[in-house]
Amino acid sequence: MSFLNNVITGISLGSIYAIIALGYTMVYGIAKMLNFAHGDIIMVGAYMCFFAMGSFNLPPAAGVLLAVVVCTVLGIVIERLAYKPLRSAPSLAVLITAIGVSYLLQNGAQILWGAATKTFTPIVSTAPEARLVLVPGQLSISYVAILSIVCCIVVMIALTLFTGQTKMGKAMRACSEDKGAAQLMGIDVNTTISVTFAIGSALAAIAGVLMCSAYPVLSPTTGSLPGIRAFTAAVFGGIGSIPGALLGGILLGVIETFAKTISTELSDAVVFAVLIIVLLVRPAGLLGKYVPEKV
Amino acid sequence: MKKKLNKNSLNGFINYGIVIAAFIIIQIFIGKGMLSNSLQSLLVPACCYIVMAVSLNLTVGILGELSLGHAGFMSLGAFSGITASILLQNSIPMAPMRLAVSMAAGAAAGALGGVIVGVPVLRLQGDYLAIVTLAFGQIIKNIIMVLYVGVDENGFHIAASSERFDLAAGGTAIIKGPMGAVGVSKLASFTAGFVLILITLLVVQNLVNSRSGRAIMALRDNRIAAESVGINTTKYKLMAFVTSAALAGAAGALFGLNYSSTVASKFDFNTSILVLVFVVLGGLGSIRGSIIAAALLYVLPELLRSFDIAEYRMLIYAIVLILVMLATNNEQFTALMGRVGGWFKAVGGWFKAAGARVVGWLKSLGRTQSKGKGGTTNG
Repeated sequence: MSFLNNVITGISLGSIYAIIALGYTMVYGIAKMLNFAHGDIIMVGAYMCFFAMGSFNLPPAAGVLLAVVVCTVLGIVIERLAYKPLRSAPSLAVLITAIGVSYLLQNGAQILWGAATKTFTPIVSTAPEARLVLVPGQLSISYVAILSIVCCIVVMIALTLFTGQTKMGKAMRACSEDKGAAQLMGIDVNTTISVTFAIGSALAAIAGVLMCSAYPVLSPTTGSLPGIRAFTAAVFGGIGSIPGALLGGILLGVIETFAKTISTELSDAVVFAVLIIVLLVRPAGLLGKYVPEKV
Repeated sequence: MKKKLNKNSLNGFINYGIVIAAFIIIQIFIGKGMLSNSLQSLLVPACCYIVMAVSLNLTVGILGELSLGHAGFMSLGAFSGITASILLQNSIPMAPMRLAVSMAAGAAAGALGGVIVGVPVLRLQGDYLAIVTLAFGQIIKNIIMVLYVGVDENGFHIAASSERFDLAAGGTAIIKGPMGAVGVSKLASFTAGFVLILITLLVVQNLVNSRSGRAIMALRDNRIAAESVGINTTKYKLMAFVTSAALAGAAGALFGLNYSSTVASKFDFNTSILVLVFVVLGGLGSIRGSIIAAALLYVLPELLRSFDIAEYRMLIYAIVLILVMLATNNEQFTALMGRVGGWFKAVGGWFKAAGARVVGWLKSLGRTQSKGKGGTTNG
């Protein structure tokens, strides 16, 4: 039973990773850049929800909405100011800029909201009795875990429909394949990239609220490690692929949960070792397709 | 016969000159007692960071691959250097000699780490390589955090948890898991740091100006073209990467031996980024830039501590990092900066002209005054 419990914990953690990983994977697929600041947008989202619920006594739904709106705007602003001017720059320059943005958000948050960790108020009850009991006394799922898994499924279906069925989704797929050709076909590449950043950041806000509900500590560096793990998940599943993000996220969540039962300190090492092995065996990830460089 | 110096070696000699001059000036200051204790305590870490920056520049600026785990090699070097210094306490009683051997051990550990990381990782490219070096940095940190190392009369002990760490009474624990290395004898000295910088410059500059260095830069500029003229990608990438890791290891050993205790969490992602900031702000590929940026950016915040700027330091770094990247990579921004620069020049020219006029006026005034007084003013 503890095995099943671990699997459930792993899947719920993995669902959160998957939602974050979606942001990475979409931005990477379209802008071909590693948005290092994505993890810190999670943190901003969580802070927004924290202040909305704690300082203004808004209901949880309003807190989540505020977080999503603020993060969406933040994502678009960051893209316009920092990344758009570097569209034709070498990837090293873009990556270093993204690291700069990440540090800016972390240190800005530290100055604005203080370095001390805050205790996040979960949006659904996390009391020990707030669980769905499957086998009395042995197997149960907390409501937060259920919420994470449901959110992940909803987001995944919505995104699949969005990229598959809508005009903007089609534009995104075209941009990720060939930006130049897409532009020649009359697609506004800049708007498409902005929309991608907006969606990714909105998802980061949701993930931030979910993550801080499950693990209620909040500090300016809350987002960085989950961000890196989620990126690992995106790479694991094949970066640029939406089902890959889901698969990678959930696998990573399960691996991390099991690694924690063996050694808490080494769980990160295990996660990253898995990433390295996967990259060596399948450089494009589990579901990614390998595109050879043309000369 | 007089041999003509080419531009590269001249540049190299200027770098040696700057370092030696800085060392002599600082020594004079120390001798005259003009350097406060807090400033003197910054000298060795500053040397370490200079070596870190120059060695990271070899990977990022010259090889053109972003490494986000440079602190991991520093960590390897620090802990193996500390271990070596404690193990050799009795066999090498002379402190400078033991420091040199410990630094060599640190460099060896760094190089070994570089090979282990480099062989698989350098097959990846771009962002993947960056994220994997980051992952390796984290793995190294996590492993050292749970590592217990000690020595007693039965020999050398190494364990992965405190329960399995059975040290006989009278033995010395060298690394104690999350507590890190404690009770280290501080062997490091500014002179050692200075020598390490010179060695680093010697290694890096000679590598860059050699046939291998040109191959490495060719890989950076165009990998496919370099491969098609027969340059062995893996070999040269590994050469640059391992050299860089070994130098970071030596710097780590010096850093570790400068404090009585060191924890693995000191060498985290933030340290890697800090060194990257030095490299980027100094200029990718510019060794002199790395030296100056590392020295200034390490010492300056400490000097400004009294102005309560410490909490804004990383914020300012972040903004400067973004602006430098935008300024050097965006045409519009560069053009704008050029215009602003031109404007400044125009203003400067105006000031210069105005200043000349004022000076002339003052001079004429002085002359009339001196005429009037009949005295000797120096107009």
